[in-house]
Amino acid sequence: MTWTWFHRLGSPPYVYALAARLTPWFAWPAAVLILAGLWGGLMLAPPDYQQGEGFRIIYVHAPSAWMSLMVYTTMAVAAAVGLIWRIKVAHAVAASCAPIGASFTFAALVTGALWGEPMWGTYWEWDPRLTSELILLFLYLGYMGLRAGIEDPQRADRAGAVLAIVGVVNVPIIHYSVTWWNSLHQAPSVMSLAKPKMPLSMLTPLLLMLLGFTLFFVAVLLVRLRGEVLSRERTASWMREAVAR
Amino acid sequence: MSDFLAMGGYAAFVWPAYAVTFAVVVLNIVWARRTLARSLAEARRRLSVSGERS
Repeated sequence: MTWTWFHRLGSPPYVYALAARLTPWFAWPAAVLILAGLWGGLMLAPPDYQQGEGFRIIYVHAPSAWMSLMVYTTMAVAAAVGLIWRIKVAHAVAASCAPIGASFTFAALVTGALWGEPMWGTYWEWDPRLTSELILLFLYLGYMGLRAGIEDPQRADRAGAVLAIVGVVNVPIIHYSVTWWNSLHQAPSVMSLAKPKMPLSMLTPLLLMLLGFTLFFVAVLLVRLRGEVLSRERTASWMREAVAR
Repeated sequence: MSDFLAMGGYAAFVWPAYAVTFAVVVLNIVWARRTLARSLAEARRRLSVSGERS
């Protein structure tokens, strides 16, 4: 097995061109999957026997919450790769993840509050799941603030990477919070290893949304990554061609 | 149609949840494109400055 593909992924001009080429291949399938998921979730799925039509918040809440954790994990892994192998592109990936993850963590918290009020009788509770998700938002914001506060990009990369890696302990805490502690939040209903706890007509739109949001993340990440790669290069000759109008 | 919009009495919770999520989706597209455009403009500026010097 050769490692040339891995080395190429460390090369800014290669990654810049590849990101530009791949973006539509993620963006369009994401749009189709999300629209199909919306149709299924709002029109085809039956109302829940306990929560009635209110359960349909799951089709935006669960994908947002999934994004908040998946993007953070991606960010921490990219930061670790950048720190260990000193790969600039990996740091650029990590930096690109943060605003995307922060925005979806915000969406997960707001949609969760809007679901909590009618079902639990409160928008907010200092509950293990809710509190750890709020800490995740602060980790994202702290990472972005730390980067913004350090002028030298290489120092910003390294300091941010340490924060991102340390903060990753929060990811399993969020995921298992509902099993470890007594939480208002329900236990996982999709990502449980036992058989699914939802009928297919409810589950399928949710899976479409989860996959659609994931592809959407990759598409947005690729666009941001090009900007990050460019801003890390000073006057490299490959850029003349890349930025030519 | 109005039955659908009423969401079985949960309209005040369901629709804002969808609106916030899709605002986040759209803003992600807008912000990412704006960030890239800014980096491109900045890179062009840098290159033209260094090109004049050489």
